[in-house]
Amino acid sequence: MAILTGVSMQNRRPLTGWGRTNATVAEVIEVPNHEVAAAVKEAGPRGALVRGLGRSYGDAAQNAGGLVLRLLGSAHQAVLDPSLATVTVPAGVNLDELLRVLVPRGFFVPVTPGTRFVTIGGAIASDIHGKNHHVEGSFGNHVRALTLLLADGSTVVIGPQQQPELFWATIGGMGLTGVILDATVGLLPIETSRMSVDTTRIPDLDALFSAMSDGDDDFRYSVAWIDPQAKGRHLGRSVLGRGDHARLDQLGPKELLSPLAYGPKQLASVPPLVPPMGVINHATVAAFNEVWYRKAPLHREGELKGIAGFFHPLDMVSRWNRVYGSSGMVQYQFVVPFGEEEAMRTVIERLSVSGAASFLAVLKRFGAGNDSPLSFPAPGWTLALDVPGSARGLADLLHGLDRLVLDAGGRHYFAKDGRTTAAAIRQGYPRLEEWKAVRDSVDPEHVWQSDLSRRLGLTD
Amino acid sequence: MDNALGEPQTILLLGGTSDIGLAIVREVLSPGARTVVLACRNVEKGELAAAGLRHGGLAVHVVHFNGSDTASHEQVIADVVAQHGDIDLAILAFAQLGDGAVTSKDVQAASEIAHVNFTGTVSATIAVANRMRGQGHGAIVMLSSVAGERVRAANPVYGGTKAGIDGFAQGLGDALAADGVHMMVVRPGFVHSAMTQGLKAAPFSTTPEQVAAVTAKGLRAGRRTVWAPGILRYVFSALRHVPGPVWRRLPLG
Ligand SMILES: Cc1cc2nc3c(=O)[nH]c(=O)nc-3n(C[C@H](O)[C@H](O)[C@H](O)COP(=O)(O)OP(=O)(O)OC[C@H]3O[C@@H](n4cnc5c(N)ncnc54)[C@H](O)[C@@H]3O)c2cc1C
Ligand SMILES: NC(=O)c1ccc[n+]([C@@H]2O[C@H](COP(=O)([O-])OP(=O)(O)OC[C@H]3O[C@@H](n4cnc5c(N)ncnc54)[C@H](OP(=O)(O)O)[C@@H]3O)[C@@H](O)[C@H]2O)c1
Repeated sequence: MAILTGVSMQNRRPLTGWGRTNATVAEVIEVPNHEVAAAVKEAGPRGALVRGLGRSYGDAAQNAGGLVLRLLGSAHQAVLDPSLATVTVPAGVNLDELLRVLVPRGFFVPVTPGTRFVTIGGAIASDIHGKNHHVEGSFGNHVRALTLLLADGSTVVIGPQQQPELFWATIGGMGLTGVILDATVGLLPIETSRMSVDTTRIPDLDALFSAMSDGDDDFRYSVAWIDPQAKGRHLGRSVLGRGDHARLDQLGPKELLSPLAYGPKQLASVPPLVPPMGVINHATVAAFNEVWYRKAPLHREGELKGIAGFFHPLDMVSRWNRVYGSSGMVQYQFVVPFGEEEAMRTVIERLSVSGAASFLAVLKRFGAGNDSPLSFPAPGWTLALDVPGSARGLADLLHGLDRLVLDAGGRHYFAKDGRTTAAAIRQGYPRLEEWKAVRDSVDPEHVWQSDLSRRLGLTD
Repeated sequence: MDNALGEPQTILLLGGTSDIGLAIVREVLSPGARTVVLACRNVEKGELAAAGLRHGGLAVHVVHFNGSDTASHEQVIADVVAQHGDIDLAILAFAQLGDGAVTSKDVQAASEIAHVNFTGTVSATIAVANRMRGQGHGAIVMLSSVAGERVRAANPVYGGTKAGIDGFAQGLGDALAADGVHMMVVRPGFVHSAMTQGLKAAPFSTTPEQVAAVTAKGLRAGRRTVWAPGILRYVFSALRHVPGPVWRRLPLG
């Protein structure tokens, strides 16, 4: 149990996001849900924030000079209602723990990101999306109710029908409306723990746009991995992976012995002391991307894969973010509306000639957005890629891309951002003022603060 | 807040009309920068400098600041924070060279220089550091000088103050690291600026812009000390060990 010492100097430590850039120091304490209100009372002028597993790439889960809370909680406290297909779970529980409880019982989370090491709180606060966004929307669409601890220490239970304004301001609200203590989330019933996957090699960007536009809706899950260094007529060459949970009748005799078996292991860890840029440079990345593309099948249907292999390939190497060395990495993710395919092409073109070494980029076709004023997904195309923080000319390159994205009516994803500007956010999120009004109504003193909120003027 | 590329949003220049200081500000400005505060003893002169910096969405403010008036320092810094929020980067660039021939002999003149350059710098730095400790982040650039690396007969008072603040900044920097505050000491050689106008340039002389480039690069890389130009690091690692009689006769400008 945590000993509450207020904002003493005892637990001060540096925090960064997953990109390992720009550390700031905060008082970090772990608290069970019933002690959160008391802990928040001790927050000083720098306010308080909850941190999940710190899988945001930038500064969303940091609060320099203030209080940072980590919620204790276990998946064993989850309450599954099989008849309604819902689970009620403490917000500090992460998807890795939860899947280990749910999958053997025949249920799957409604949305999973590219890593299962995110908490329920983080999934709601960032309104995360997965490979199924085009048909099932983002995480917030599946939250039936949540308990929110407000700045004054009181708690409210809210949902799409209970205080919908506050509910939607909390979905995608980046922890700035209060602390989500628990949530009830709709689940997907599954027959097996295997995925049935179709894989297709796509030669260029136009072919990719049309393959996704024409075929995505036939699949629950779809995402393309693009080689960001391919140029000219190869621009946008990619591997499109689509699929769904396998049904029992799709399993072979061996798999049928344990249709819901699930127990992913982490295979390896990148040693903590990788020489700066020792592993990643333009040549090694280009070689990797080339091999990866050639290795993919031209077209293959109905391949059975595990959940981890399909959704969370990066989780096989723990702490892989360390390969980027001491200057860390920046993730760049944006969405542009349908009809702005040329803007997407220009972005990929500029990246391909920039020399900023990047592993595979992920391109996805989003479906409809939801009612949250700060939710990122909107109908259109989204691209996400990692760039080493030390890449030459990176600031100018990304600033130029910001312009293209905003001019195309697009926007950037808070959970990935570490470098865009308050002006870019105002332009990309036209409902920002509406969100601020709701936030101010429950947190007039701005108790909830983060490095991201200061940098982007969300708590000015 | 700094962003993920280490670009500061709010910059405070103490010695707001310093040629070197202003060059550093220009060098670290990015599209994400929001506010620059120039703290100047001469506000009118400061306004001219501010006009040269203003563009687009960047707000540039001038506040009155006297490096010798140590009693006022905490208030000046408190006002800046109250108006503009966190200070991401503070640059300590105020100092006076004085006339070495005079300050070596005149008690009053010597103690005035020592007071501004050393006591004033220490006081203003502590006031900034206290804020940054509370913020849990921030960077301080301390303009030291090679003149303090091995103090020369020609200007012992100035050189002595630079040696003093150099050591002070290193020690304070180590103390601040645990609080997320980064101190970087910059040791330029002879820089063509208002301070050195009319003086004969020493070997390896440089410009404010070059000092600024070295400073910005050092900040991004998280360095604790940089020299400008970089070669001076090696020159001085040799000069430090030159025997006294030889040192005194070296033609160092
Ligand atoms: C390898 C990798 C792949 C990823 N793939 C995807 C993807 O496909 N799709 C996608 O959408 N995202 C993706 N992400 C981003 C990730 O899903 C989000 O950043 C997510 O929010 C991280 O959850 P977390 O628990 O680590 O939260 P943190 O990063 O710790 O915090 C994120 C935000 O949530 C807030 N928060 C956390 N807990 C609570 C709570 N209990 N109450 C209120 N606010 C809270 C924090 O204050 C902060 O603002 C990926 C990240 C990685 C590292
Ligand atoms: N130039 C060099 O060769 C050189 C070499 C190594 C290190 N440095 C150091 O670099 C820093 C900047 O110098 P610079 O070359 O840019 O010279 P500069 O242009 O003369 O800058 C010095 C600044 O200090 C200000 N100042 C002096 N006394 C002050 C006081 N009492 N209160 C407030 N401000 C005061 C000056 O204000 P006014 O404009 O009103 O006079 C001016 O803004 C100094 O610390 C200097 O020691 C310079």
